Amino acid sequence: MNSDTNKRIVKTINIDADKCNGCRACEVICSAFHAMPKYSSNNPARSRVRVVRDPLRDIYVPLYAGEYTESECIGRDKYIIDGKEYDECGFCRASCPSRDLFREPDSGLPLKCDLCDGEDEPLCVKWCLVGALTITEREVDVVDEQKKEEMEIGLESLVTRFGIEKVADAVAQISKEKR
Amino acid sequence: MRYAETGYNLEIDLSRGAIERVATDPRDTEMYLGGLGTNAKLLWDRVPPEVDAFSPDNLLIFAAGLLCGTPATGCNRTIVSTISPQTRLMAFSMMGGFWAPELKYAGYDKVILRGKSPNLVYLYINNDKVEIRDASHLKGKGAIETAEIIKKELNEPSAQVAAIGLAGENRVFYASIEQGRSSASRGGIGAVMGDKGVKAVVVRGTKDLCVAKPQEYMDLCNEVLGYIKHREDNPIPDVMPILAGLGSPQEMKVHDEKWHTENFNWGNARTRRKDFWTEEVDKAWAETMEKARTRLISCYNCPMKCGATISMEGLPTYMMKCFTKLTYTMGAYSDLDFGLRIAQKATEYGLDGFSAPQVMAFALELLDKGILTDADFPGMPEDNEGRFFYLLDKIVTREGIGDVLANGTYWAAQEIGKGAEEYAHNNIKKHEQLPLKLSMLNPIYYLMYCTGEKINITQIEGQFPQAPYPTKEQREAFVKDWFQVPDDKFKQIFLDWEPRGENSMPHYPTVDMCCDIVDWQEMMHYIDDALGQCAGLSSFPLKPPYHIHNYPKFISAGAGIEMDKEKLTKAAKRYRTLVRAVNIRRGMRRVDETPPANHWKNRFPELEKDLLDSYYKLKGWNDDGIPTKETLDELGLGYVSEEFLKRGILPAS
Repeated sequence: MNSDTNKRIVKTINIDADKCNGCRACEVICSAFHAMPKYSSNNPARSRVRVVRDPLRDIYVPLYAGEYTESECIGRDKYIIDGKEYDECGFCRASCPSRDLFREPDSGLPLKCDLCDGEDEPLCVKWCLVGALTITEREVDVVDEQKKEEMEIGLESLVTRFGIEKVADAVAQISKEKR
Repeated sequence: MRYAETGYNLEIDLSRGAIERVATDPRDTEMYLGGLGTNAKLLWDRVPPEVDAFSPDNLLIFAAGLLCGTPATGCNRTIVSTISPQTRLMAFSMMGGFWAPELKYAGYDKVILRGKSPNLVYLYINNDKVEIRDASHLKGKGAIETAEIIKKELNEPSAQVAAIGLAGENRVFYASIEQGRSSASRGGIGAVMGDKGVKAVVVRGTKDLCVAKPQEYMDLCNEVLGYIKHREDNPIPDVMPILAGLGSPQEMKVHDEKWHTENFNWGNARTRRKDFWTEEVDKAWAETMEKARTRLISCYNCPMKCGATISMEGLPTYMMKCFTKLTYTMGAYSDLDFGLRIAQKATEYGLDGFSAPQVMAFALELLDKGILTDADFPGMPEDNEGRFFYLLDKIVTREGIGDVLANGTYWAAQEIGKGAEEYAHNNIKKHEQLPLKLSMLNPIYYLMYCTGEKINITQIEGQFPQAPYPTKEQREAFVKDWFQVPDDKFKQIFLDWEPRGENSMPHYPTVDMCCDIVDWQEMMHYIDDALGQCAGLSSFPLKPPYHIHNYPKFISAGAGIEMDKEKLTKAAKRYRTLVRAVNIRRGMRRVDETPPANHWKNRFPELEKDLLDSYYKLKGWNDDGIPTKETLDELGLGYVSEEFLKRGILPAS
């Protein structure tokens, strides 16, 4: 490959809902890992993975916290698979104003799965002995430019929020300090 | 700061409608741990022996074990304690599921109910908000049905519900409390809940639960998880499949029921069918189960799949675990299809799956013998299965003869008379037992049957192999990685234990060895019941992940209470003795501590006397099974010995 592409590891959590036993060990270890200090407490309501479970309807969906969204969708979706009717937005990962899921119970701040940054593997995977959660990694090519794009996007949002002058001043100030 | 526990109980006076959040004394935790231990203390302090099961002064305590809600795998048991209407002794049935951790996250260790509500109500505990709500619309509803209705009307799909069915409402002496896939069934605690006018206790909690030494605690949890994995990959050889792995016996997973159907008795614990398990039965039952079973399921934070979702054609879905799979089938001499169908109804009614089928088989036996007559069973169908469904309805509605049968075989026989007592033949302390009738006395089991105060063999047995291994090589292989033993002497006992000859039952293990084995077995169950740990990962299976060597570390790192093996052993002995004290004060004595007369064919009265004498001595109890003053004082239970003296239970010396 040429010099302007780089390799990046993409981690995928494979969720085999058929194997889920509904025990919520993933919620326990997730909330313990993300407690401050680490492991000092646990509380499934803070977990970034939630088992949406309804045993009598045989519904077991481990769901991971994704992006925060400021506004809810205009349309909603509702799935029926194999005759089982899942809740509205049942597979959606978003921390969204339409529901309590994936927000801190006390502050309401959004939660997002970080794949247990710093650990060898996400701990929900490690604690899922029934094999409902597994992880695979693959390498993908990423174009170098993408990094620039990310920075531009970030800067643009800062400009939108604080105005170009403030951002320019801040950049000038920081570059002065760094030199 | 309290760790692992919240430090608060909810006190609810149902007569006055008063709700209080009460801080608990951390010294009690140190003395009695939690769960069963502190429940026993509350019953000793607040329920004198003059108070009967259906008195408003009886307490009904729902406790989360000390370590429930922490990341310790399988630590999810709710220990429900009260006075049983059937045994009139302390009942401490337990259930797994999801209720106890939820209670901790709501900020409480126990819910203590007293008094009686004038109308049927349910309790809704949502963090700091606790309400007594009208339940008149739930009257007569099934236990599972009730949970679904409540979750919907509260719009709280994540709430956990413990509910009674019609059996509890009508105070059937073996009514259970149902909680989704789990139930607290033994001792008739559902009847006490119904008597108090409480249809359900609903919990939702979203608070943090802290542990004292986070990294240390997590290391212990990971070690346990790793060992569970190891045990799953390496089942124990030379034992039957249901004993090879961890968890409750895997009744929902395993199709081969040769052992249960041919060794346990059918009907009213009557007939052993040694050639029952044929290829056709095997095929038919496997088909029934495969078709009915939607999924194998677990309790909170546990990888063992001891339960299952069951959907029988034309019936509502329900959840089942363990041996209820066979109790109705065998009680009625029927098949698995019938067993799973009637269990659906019985689960909604909220009945103990051990006692209920035996009571029904007992009734039909009395009819057969002419002690009861057709007039007692108006409109009863002719077919066997139909009769069981008929009796089930009569019992839970307490209609006609059902009103008598609803009190269990012991009390029913007393009331019916005419020799009916002879047919109530499978009880210990007035409580129906597993339908086992064997030939040679087993001295270890003899002690467990006599003295087990949970009055259920599965709640005291475990850890020590049920039978000797045939060869020395097998035994040596077994003890090699048997680190769970509290003392290496247990390995030697097992090594020397032979199926035949001098070192075989009933004279080997020797009396002293039997006492030590049972003491260890019982201690582990009592520790589990205080911590809220499921026996399926601890006291019940061979080579479990939790044991006397890692439990003190769990308590130290989890609850922040300095603990070692000696201190834990003593604490367990303390509240075990307190449970006995509650029962002794209620009149239980040595004479009550006896297995069903026909449990074994070959009995050894002298040996049995020696066993019980020696075991009482080891426990620090006198010849009548009463804890001595020295024992009580040594354990810090001076308040018990004082009362024993005052009441003349112990002689003033």
